[in-house]
Amino acid sequence: MSSAGHGYAGAPLAGPNPGARSETWLWIAQRASAALLGLCVLVHLVTIIYAVRHGLSGEAILARTRGNGVALAFYMLYVLAIAVHAPIGLRTLCHEWLGWRSASLNWFIAALALALFAFGLRAGWAVFLAPV
Amino acid sequence: MKMLHVSVWRGGAGGEYRSYEVPRQESQSVLDVVTYIQRNIDPTLSYRFACRVGMCGACAMTVNGVARWTCRTHVAKVVKDDAIQIAPLANFPVVKDLVTDMREFFDKWARARGQFVPCATRRDAFAQVAADSPGRVAANAGIECIGCGVCYASCDVVSWNPDYLGPAALNRAWTLVNDVRDGARRERLAAVAGDAGCHACHTHLSCSERCPKDITPTASIAGLKRAVAVAALKGEL
Repeated sequence: MSSAGHGYAGAPLAGPNPGARSETWLWIAQRASAALLGLCVLVHLVTIIYAVRHGLSGEAILARTRGNGVALAFYMLYVLAIAVHAPIGLRTLCHEWLGWRSASLNWFIAALALALFAFGLRAGWAVFLAPV
Repeated sequence: MKMLHVSVWRGGAGGEYRSYEVPRQESQSVLDVVTYIQRNIDPTLSYRFACRVGMCGACAMTVNGVARWTCRTHVAKVVKDDAIQIAPLANFPVVKDLVTDMREFFDKWARARGQFVPCATRRDAFAQVAADSPGRVAANAGIECIGCGVCYASCDVVSWNPDYLGPAALNRAWTLVNDVRDGARRERLAAVAGDAGCHACHTHLSCSERCPKDITPTASIAGLKRAVAVAALKGEL
């Protein structure tokens, strides 16, 4: 076996690792969004439990969210964290479970991220602008 | 005489288990059992060993479904109903019987930039590395690996992603990342990033559970993830 191509004895290795930077940034994005989700899910659950335990009606909830900039900002952040976190995890699942590793997967994942963000924005915006 | 019922993998990847009866002895290791079969029952049985005392790592096999050093595994520890099953290491191509092909395993050490790259010349003074410096302590935790392949055979990620560098190669990279004398940190971090590298680890901890040297490759891989992330944030990747 020749040393060339195997990197033995300090010989050059089989070329650079092209995905290193992008994969690392995806990993950072997923970890950062996970940290954000940890906080957002907690606030969201407390909100749900509060609403249920106080028997708030749909109208009573909308009365609190209507024109509420803080609630809108919070849910925008929540939606952003979901739109970043979930597609990256799903991409890894597609790699490992389906063996789907082509460029088409990245397009699918990007579309999924945009869809999650758009639907989330629409929902947050709807309760912000809810008609009286 | 009490007999041990031993089921041993014979042939290549498409082989099968064959049964042997081996006299049970006190303080008998699994390697003793394999050696008995080869010397007294079937001399065509192929297996690998060298030191017999847990120094070389050559005799690693799958014993009752678990990767182990056979020289350091007493039969009494693993026997069930007077029977044991012995197979080649998982995740390695089988050459014949209990012998596996280690080439890909060690090529991955090279792909993970597992070579020390000196950055001083003979005119420089010796590097002084304090025994309690953080880098030295981190390197110490992983430095005793002897490349037996038990962690690699136990890793689920290797089994479903053949490109994954594996716990041993990444652990080696981590010891060098912490070596202040090494001059290839940047290239090494780039080599171990990505879905064939440290980011593929699912932290199942099988490698750390099974390592006969009590090394924790999972911690080394976690260290690489942090170091790679810091390098990316600094624009050094």
